[in-house]
Amino acid sequence: MTRGGWTFGLAMLVIVLAGFLAPHVLKNPFYFFAGYVILQYVVIATGWNILGGYAGYINFGAAGFFGAGAYASAFLFNAFGIPLWGSLIAACVIGAGLGLLMGYLTLRIQGVYFAIATLGLVIILETIIHNIPALGGARGMVVYGPPPPGWAAGPPQYMFVLMLLIAVASVSLARWMQLSWVGRGLRAVRASEDAAECSGVPTLRLKLLACAVSGAVLAAAGAPYPFYTSFVEPVTAFSLIIGLNAIAMPLIGGTRSWQGPVIGALLLATTQQIATITISSELNILFVGVVLIAFVALAPNGLIGLVRRKGTEARL
Amino acid sequence: MSRPALSMSGVEKSFGPFRALGPVDLDLMANERLGIIGPNGAGKTTLINCITGVLRPDSGSVRFEGADITALPSFRRARLGISRTFQIPHPFRGMSVVENLLVPLDYIHGVEDRHRRAAEVLERVGLSARAAYPSEDLSQLELRKLELARALVGNPKVLIADEAMAGLSEAEIDEVLAILYSLNEQGVAVIMIEHIMHAVMRFSQRVVCFETGQLIASGTAEEVTRNPTVQKVYFGEQAHH
Repeated sequence: MTRGGWTFGLAMLVIVLAGFLAPHVLKNPFYFFAGYVILQYVVIATGWNILGGYAGYINFGAAGFFGAGAYASAFLFNAFGIPLWGSLIAACVIGAGLGLLMGYLTLRIQGVYFAIATLGLVIILETIIHNIPALGGARGMVVYGPPPPGWAAGPPQYMFVLMLLIAVASVSLARWMQLSWVGRGLRAVRASEDAAECSGVPTLRLKLLACAVSGAVLAAAGAPYPFYTSFVEPVTAFSLIIGLNAIAMPLIGGTRSWQGPVIGALLLATTQQIATITISSELNILFVGVVLIAFVALAPNGLIGLVRRKGTEARL
Repeated sequence: MSRPALSMSGVEKSFGPFRALGPVDLDLMANERLGIIGPNGAGKTTLINCITGVLRPDSGSVRFEGADITALPSFRRARLGISRTFQIPHPFRGMSVVENLLVPLDYIHGVEDRHRRAAEVLERVGLSARAAYPSEDLSQLELRKLELARALVGNPKVLIADEAMAGLSEAEIDEVLAILYSLNEQGVAVIMIEHIMHAVMRFSQRVVCFETGQLIASGTAEEVTRNPTVQKVYFGEQAHH
C-alpha cells in the first residue's frame, strides 16, 4: 500500500472512531438526525460519481436506485424479518442488477439521451411500486425496526453510525476505483471511447461495471432509509431532490476525484439541513438549482477544479 | 520468406447503399513497411477500421498471425498486438502525458515494469520533458508523438499510422519517420496511410493504392507512381488543382 493509502486508511479509522464517540459528547439527538441525512448524501454523491464523474455518463436516475434500496429493505424486513445488514446486502445486489440492466439498455446512447433514459427509470420504478399492493402502493409501508443495540445512545445515533460506516465503505471503494486500472480505464473511456478500445480497454464491460457499482452504492444509501423514518412511500423514496442532489453535489465539489462528491455533499447537504430548520424545507430545491447554475457557469470543474486551477496559475 | 502477419480476404464494407470498401484481398508481411495511398474517400480509413475492429466487415475475413479475428472486438485485437494512431489525435484529456501511456500498459498485459516502459517510450519519441503535463496542453507535433507513443508502448506487432504526419513541418515529418523506422527495425510491421507523398514513398517497401474502395495498384513506390491508373486517379487529380 502507498503512503497515501495508509494516510487515507488512518483518516477513515479516526472518522469512524469519532462517529462512535460523538454521542457521548453531543447530547442533542437532532445532530445525529441531520448528520444521517448529510452522510446519506455523501454516499449518494459518491455512488453517482462512479458512473457520472469517472465515466462521464450523467445519470438522472439516482432516485430510482435509492428508492429501490429503500423498498428492498422495507419489504425484506416486514415480510421476512431480515435484519438491516442483510437487507443492505440485498439492496446492493438489487442496485447492481438495476445498474447492469440500465447499462445494457442505455449505454449505447450518449449525452442527453442517456440522461433522459435514466430519468425514465425513476418514473418506471415509481409507477411499478405504486401498483404493487404488497409494497403498500401509494399509501407506503410502515417499518417498525428493532430497537437499537445497547451500546447506541438512541435510534438517531445508531442510524448515524450505520450510515457513517456505509459512507466510509463507499468512499473507500470510490477511491480505490479512481486510483486503480478501473478508474484509469473509465477516464480513458470518458476522453475517447475509440482510442480507449484501441488501447486494449474493454469499454463496454468497464462501463457496465461502473453502472453496477454505482447502482449498488446508490441502493445502499437507500437501504437504511425506512428504518430511519419508520416509513417509506413512493413519492419521497423516488424524490426529485435525490436525483438532483446526486448530480449537484459532485458537480459542486468536482467530478474528477473521490474528494469532489464528498466535499460537495458535505457543503450542500449541511446548508440544506440548516436551511430546512431556519428558513423552509421547500426552499431547498430552489437553492440547489441556483447553486448548480452558478457552478456550471463559473466553476465547471467544481471547487477542486477551481483550487487546482488557481494552483497552476500561481506556478506559471 | 516471412509469413503474413495480417491477411485480409474478400473484405467488404458498405454504409447503406454505398460500398465504401472491397472486396479487398491484402496481406501484410511480418516486419513489412506498407504504404497505403489513395484520394479522400477511397476507403483507406474504412480498411483500417476493419482491421482494428472499429467496424465489422459485411463479408470476408481478417486473419492475424493465422487466426481469424474478424469477429473480435477492438480491445482484443489491441491486446493481440494490432495498434493504431488516429487521423485526428485522440489524447486521453484530463490525464497527464505519462498517464496516457499507462492506459494501454494497464490493459495490454505483458509489460513488467510499466512506469519504466512508459518513461522509455516517452524518451524515444522525445516527450520526456512533457511527462507530467496535462495532455490537453500539448502542441500539434507533441500530440502526434503522444498518439504514436501510446500506440507503441504495449509492444505491438503491427502498427497502423493513420495520417500520423498531417499538418507537420518537414523537420517534424523527419522526426516521426525516424521513430517509425526504428520501430520497424525492432520487428514491428508498419502500415502507413499518408497523403504526404514523399514521406510514404520513402518509407514504404511496398505501396498500395485505393480508389473507390478498390485496390487498384500494388508494388514498389516507383512502380505505383508510374502506374497510369494511379496517376490518373491520384496524381492527375492533384495536378488539376
